[in-house]
Amino acid sequence: MPKAPLLELENLSTHYVSAQGTRVVRAVDDVSLRIHAGETLGIVGESGSGKSTLALTILRVLPPAARIVSGRMMFEGEDLLRKSDEEMQKVRGRRIAMILQDPMASLNPLFTIGNQVAEPIRVHEGASRTTAWNRARELLKSVRIPSPETRVRQYPHEMSGGMRQRIVGAIGISCEPRLLIADEPTTSLDLTIQAQYLKLLRDLQQAHGLALIFITHNLGIVAKMCDQLAVMYAGRVVESGPVSRIFNSPAHPYTEALLNSIPRMSDDRQRLTAIEGQPPDLSKMPPGCSFAPRCPRAFDQCLQMAPPETVTEEGRTARCWLAAPALGATAAAGLRREAV
Amino acid sequence: MSTSAEVLTLPSRQPRFAFIRGLRFSGFPLIPTAILLGIALVAVFANQLAPHNPEVGSLAARFKPPFWETGGTMKYLLGTDQLGRDVLSRLIFGARVSMVVSITAVLFAGVVGTTLGIISGYVGGWVDQVIMRLVDTWLALPALTFAIFLAAIVGPSMWNIVIILGITYWTRYARVIRGEVLSLKEREFVRLAIVAGCSKWTIMIRHILPNVINSAIVLGTLMVGVVIITEATLSFLGVGVPPPQPAWGLMLSDGKQSLMVGRWWLTVLPGCCIMLMVLSANILGDWLRVKLDPQLRQL
Repeated sequence: MPKAPLLELENLSTHYVSAQGTRVVRAVDDVSLRIHAGETLGIVGESGSGKSTLALTILRVLPPAARIVSGRMMFEGEDLLRKSDEEMQKVRGRRIAMILQDPMASLNPLFTIGNQVAEPIRVHEGASRTTAWNRARELLKSVRIPSPETRVRQYPHEMSGGMRQRIVGAIGISCEPRLLIADEPTTSLDLTIQAQYLKLLRDLQQAHGLALIFITHNLGIVAKMCDQLAVMYAGRVVESGPVSRIFNSPAHPYTEALLNSIPRMSDDRQRLTAIEGQPPDLSKMPPGCSFAPRCPRAFDQCLQMAPPETVTEEGRTARCWLAAPALGATAAAGLRREAV
Repeated sequence: MSTSAEVLTLPSRQPRFAFIRGLRFSGFPLIPTAILLGIALVAVFANQLAPHNPEVGSLAARFKPPFWETGGTMKYLLGTDQLGRDVLSRLIFGARVSMVVSITAVLFAGVVGTTLGIISGYVGGWVDQVIMRLVDTWLALPALTFAIFLAAIVGPSMWNIVIILGITYWTRYARVIRGEVLSLKEREFVRLAIVAGCSKWTIMIRHILPNVINSAIVLGTLMVGVVIITEATLSFLGVGVPPPQPAWGLMLSDGKQSLMVGRWWLTVLPGCCIMLMVLSANILGDWLRVKLDPQLRQL
């Protein structure tokens, strides 16, 4: 009997609606994902595929134009979509924490490091100033900041980029959350610091039994960091499953194309293969599969109907007509469902 | 090695006091600051400094000119007015009125304007609409007419003037601060605070307010001049500080009838005081703006 997942997203859709209500952008469309305690889920996809919107949806901190139109978000047995704003505020930072895209700019230049690391502890646990500061010092130690005693009293501009990054990490884990969402936390770092930081995240994850959602467009990082992978394209999860199995035999042509566009040392190919064309306009989605216009293996059906999410094997799903094991049967079932 | 010697001599080639020029106090307006400090000291120690009671005069000694003119006495250094009150003492006590009114009115306007500006910018939506349309309407009213109207309603007194000036000028703060907040709230550290579960109020007080204080201070120093002028104007028009009290604007008003018969000291002297104080405040404000405005400051 497998354990219940820590977070389970079911048919989640988030749309951006223009002021006049005339344009609807389906940024997150019918996404179902699950993550267990202690697991790392990588979410990859190109810019504008809805990765960040998905992260913001989980925390319910979307910009005003966005609406969560349907779905369920079960976190530790509670539906996050049914919570009031006040209840969500208690979830954010305490049970689900997030590291933002640009950790370099995530620190308030006017406050000392200690103040900022202590802030969530004081906000969520009502801890006194001294307790919070002691905790802050321990946290800095745990993210390997040298001489935390002096660092807590310093300001962000006195730190190097890698250090600030680790401090943001310390803020993330300050209230011992169950789930940490890291939205491209390494894009602004150089490669050596990046590797250090990833190792730190792994260590923290193991030490605290955290579940980690790792949003990136770097498949190399996914290979190193993640257990599970979800590939997003045009707001939909086109493929999901364990990392090793997806890397070995991608079920969706888009995943395959992504994997083919990674440069490899051992490669004897002369050129990298790029994916032709552009992702579709999310407000004018084609009727069929959203990847069909760029797909080298698309056929008639792909252009007419969007493939349903099919379980290709135990623990793996794909949204592709080709991936359905018994194409005819599933396709027919899918057809019927779409028709209704 | 010749190269290492060259490297070593490099620092000594810099001018000896180069570091002073790099200090934040370069271009500090010394004279205006001294004038303002002087006025402040005079205001604080008015009781000790003033040779006469500013509100009581002797009618026997009306219209005495300053001591250097014919008919002037050393008893009344800067002459007396139509009621025989000592002009110097009235100027000294007038400094107190100007200081108290300008500082408290600017503070009052600043607190109201900054608070509403932060709320308007951060909360957004209909709250922003309501506050900003209110500001628009407020700014469409001519400030001075509005102040006179208010003064006519609440009646003249020094503290009423403070409140009137506060509610006349808060809009300037609200506009500027709201603009800053709009850009601040898109900054990553504010987003981090949101995803860390801070409430709106925590973010506004802990993250937004400290970042807009600089602008509020700069605006405040620039507003001091405007407020002093308005206070003087209101007093001149008779809706400001009520008559027995010595205010510079009131003195101008009292002296204007006898200006034509050559009693210049009754108008020129308070006029000079107003001008000096406003000029000093403006120069200091300009310097602060350059120092504190992140767009003008070269980091």
